[in-house]
Amino acid sequence: MNRRQSARLDRKKFFADPVMLGAIFVLIVFLSLFILYPLAMLMIDSVYVRDTKLLGAQSLLSGEKIVYYLEDGSPAAADAKQPAYVKLLSEDGEQLVPVYDAAQKGLFPCAMQVRQADTATPALRIVNNKGKTVLAPLSDMQAQLTLFKQNGRAIKAADALEMDNVYIKVNDNHLTFAAFPRIFQDYTFNQAFRNTLLLGVIVGFGSTLIGLLFAYVDCYVRVRSRVMKKLFDVVSMLPVVSPPFVLSLSMILLFGRGGLITRQLLHIYDSNVYGLKGIAIVQIMTFFPVCYMMLKGLLKNIDPSMEEAARDMGASRWKVFTTVTLPLMLPGLGNAFLVTFIESVADFANPMMIGGSFDTLATTIYLRITGGTYDVTGAAAMAVVLLSLTIFLFLIQKYYLESKTTATLTGKASRARMLITDRSVRVPLTTLCCVISVFVIMMYVAIPFGAFFKLWGRDYSLSTKWFAQLFRDDGFKAFKDSFILSLIASPITALLSMVISYLVVKKKFKAKGFIEFTSILAMAVPGTVLGVGFIRGFANGVFRTGFLQGLYGTGAILVIVFVVRSLPVGTRSGISALRQIDKSIEESAYDLGAGSGRVFMTVTLPLIKDSFFSGLVTTFVRSITAISAIILLVTPRYLLITCRINEFAEKGAYGVACAYATILILIVYAAILIMNLGIKYFGTSKQVRLSQKGE
Amino acid sequence: MADKEKKGVRLDHISKIYKDPKTGKDFYAVRDVSLDIEPGSFVTLLGPSGCGKTTTLRMIAGFESPDEGEIYLGGQPINELTPNKRDTAMVFQSYALFPHYNVYDNVAYGLKLRKVPKAEAQQRIERILSLVELSGMESRMTNQLSGGQQQRVALARALVVEPSVLLFDEPLSNLDAKLRVSMRTEIRRIQQALGITAVYVTHDQSEAMSISDKIIIMHGGVIAQMGTPEEIYYHPQSEFVADFIGEANFLMGDIVSVQGDNCVLAIGNHRVTVDNPSGFPVGKSCKVVLRPEAGVLAETGDLPCKVVLSCFMGAYQNYHVMVGDTLVKLADYCPVGRRVFRVGDTAYLSFREGCVHML
Repeated sequence: MNRRQSARLDRKKFFADPVMLGAIFVLIVFLSLFILYPLAMLMIDSVYVRDTKLLGAQSLLSGEKIVYYLEDGSPAAADAKQPAYVKLLSEDGEQLVPVYDAAQKGLFPCAMQVRQADTATPALRIVNNKGKTVLAPLSDMQAQLTLFKQNGRAIKAADALEMDNVYIKVNDNHLTFAAFPRIFQDYTFNQAFRNTLLLGVIVGFGSTLIGLLFAYVDCYVRVRSRVMKKLFDVVSMLPVVSPPFVLSLSMILLFGRGGLITRQLLHIYDSNVYGLKGIAIVQIMTFFPVCYMMLKGLLKNIDPSMEEAARDMGASRWKVFTTVTLPLMLPGLGNAFLVTFIESVADFANPMMIGGSFDTLATTIYLRITGGTYDVTGAAAMAVVLLSLTIFLFLIQKYYLESKTTATLTGKASRARMLITDRSVRVPLTTLCCVISVFVIMMYVAIPFGAFFKLWGRDYSLSTKWFAQLFRDDGFKAFKDSFILSLIASPITALLSMVISYLVVKKKFKAKGFIEFTSILAMAVPGTVLGVGFIRGFANGVFRTGFLQGLYGTGAILVIVFVVRSLPVGTRSGISALRQIDKSIEESAYDLGAGSGRVFMTVTLPLIKDSFFSGLVTTFVRSITAISAIILLVTPRYLLITCRINEFAEKGAYGVACAYATILILIVYAAILIMNLGIKYFGTSKQVRLSQKGE
Repeated sequence: MADKEKKGVRLDHISKIYKDPKTGKDFYAVRDVSLDIEPGSFVTLLGPSGCGKTTTLRMIAGFESPDEGEIYLGGQPINELTPNKRDTAMVFQSYALFPHYNVYDNVAYGLKLRKVPKAEAQQRIERILSLVELSGMESRMTNQLSGGQQQRVALARALVVEPSVLLFDEPLSNLDAKLRVSMRTEIRRIQQALGITAVYVTHDQSEAMSISDKIIIMHGGVIAQMGTPEEIYYHPQSEFVADFIGEANFLMGDIVSVQGDNCVLAIGNHRVTVDNPSGFPVGKSCKVVLRPEAGVLAETGDLPCKVVLSCFMGAYQNYHVMVGDTLVKLADYCPVGRRVFRVGDTAYLSFREGCVHML
């Protein structure tokens, strides 16, 4: 059977749609350039060493004229500005060897001939740019080329030149996997790797467990007071609203050496919150609400009649939980575990702030790049290890556990569940939840107080001096920069993610898999890794050609990082929103004469307005609270709130840090309020949902 | 709309190949379908699910591309045109109304794309809405409408752009039985009033019968038979068509004599005169299609049968009788004044003249 005709016609129809083609092209370029390329650059950096080696001037003494060549092997023009190469005879035959120094010093245009000079002085014969051959004693050459001894030391002007101990430096870029064995033997790396895994496991378990507790209480236990319900809502929303490292800050304020609780209440003077336990507590408190929301969705989907059937056959409540509810949720629990594991591994800000000497991979990479040892290859190799780890976990989570979760829990609960009213279950569970919630809320409350107390740990009288200091410094600029950059990033992200979802859900084309996979993959890329990738990828332009070099260090690259970091979230929500919309609605618009762009703008986008709105605000919130990738890329031209908070907290200036954090939380909270209002008044999606339910 | 030239649709040896998702093998969803739809006629593609009727319709609309053959609209090949460039309008099974627009904006959508001046658009929309009897509902949101009203909005939205061809993809299958009957009369009325070419897909044979100028029965991707509803009902060319359209009983008979175009067929001891269009010779045994209402039960006769089910249906008495080993289903309309047979009775079957058809 021959399907060529339909393939040809489909192709023809596909190419008849310039708007869609353009969108796909833009997306492919964007995703390859800003997600795949930096990661690829990291991989290359970790195996491709830019090195130099010494080449004995002796070996050049063939008596033949040596001509400079271009990289492609053609002789270099006299005024060539590209790096020069020389052709040498070696055991492998003729070889092009780039001349490192010549390029550095702008020595060309000239050709070089090396010859045993007639005089006793070793000399190089150089063809100058006028085509004349001049004999240059090596001592003269030193003015233009650095000459080396065999041991790698530069020959100083004062040193005697011996022909058999004169070397020039040439480029020696080569592939090697040496960086990996090196970092695997590196103590710091090994320690960080172990720390990261240990922390991930602890946080994964802790968050899943607490998340499960909250979800169970929410779905199964009759909670009397409305206060409790409210408390649950607040706790689940707080981590969304807050910048990632706020909890670390308050942990130090409350439980640190000068902590309000440890010192003032308990009179412990040598309390140490830094290290594993500090990070673990902070991360669990930050991430468990994510698990809570995930598991709540799952529990709601369990049909109560299954559990009732087990109860009916005589199982105790505990037995029902262990034999019915838990097995049904197992893939979901695994899912929650892995999601928090990835979050924990990728987290940068908390380990940075409260880690002390407990370094994780993310912080170690950061220190490798910014610290004294500017070990790029090592950092790149570590980033590759970290990236492999998160992508491996992500792939398990996405393709294995998610399909299992939907396989075991399909369909909706047939009716409402009989809630547990039994005191012996209710009281301990709700109490536990309350304690945790109060603890979390207390941590958040500590921040504004920290901003208003005169001197934490010493003087608890109220003052606005930290705010005053904040605005006296460049606080205002920090807010402005953060605000504007995030504001630019959000519509771009929201629109891009809606376009991606539209193409992925509603269209058929070859590059679809690539677009979907890449945009979701970004979720598994830790911010630090992305940051290093951007440095390696764009600092000298794309592929070190200087192309797009202007991007580096600008606000644009920060905006791009914001977009890349939020794209997966928006795309996910867009895809799930679009899956609910009947395909024929778009088809009918298409049939009535609208092209793809028109269909998208007049039909698709209005139908997923909610998703668009929330994408807008989520991006804004994620961007303004982002730190991990940004901290590596930000230049003094831009001050960002999160970086400032980090700076002040590192210096121990907690008052100012808290003042910044307080205002940041307020901004984010306001953004979310505006989003909710926006969805309420402008979202048509409610009607859409109603009408679809009606069918 | 009358001033617009009417266009017909021609399908020239159209095939569509799909990949079976389970086995991964290619198969023909539509195979070598050739059709000529007259301008202004109402043609229905009828068949069981999976017969290729919707695929054919979607190829006309441009959503699918044929693997073989060419589609012509008003004589022009349209294979390479995208749906938005084709002069067709489709009414979808799920109506596919835009939920974020009200009735008026839904109908206006196609006109806006065609950049029709506002005043003219308004005039046209008003005319169409009154045609589908929705005047006064312009500002309603679509979710405030009943199923039948939504259906009419979908119809109006397709009609208002004055397409050359109107395509219907099972438009009534989401309506309840009663509404379905009244809507189909309405669709037929509007189509007649506008004289527009229409292609209609359904799996409901009574819908197809009542609405169409011409029915095309599809089975397994190929055309099983095409013709007017009467031709298809009275002269099915295959067992499948006979069985699919209405109820059919099949009896075996032998030709005992041939007279011109007619022949005499012996079924048991019963003799009946039928058309012999294929010119079968004497002695050939062949299959006879008997519609339920074409059989008559009497107390005397020469084809005895046993009543195994007798059940009063209101308009008719429903019988199942055994003729030898063959089960025959009969409908005796208006049995008042005649004997009603009971289960276990023996009766004699005879056929109404001219109502029996040889395959």
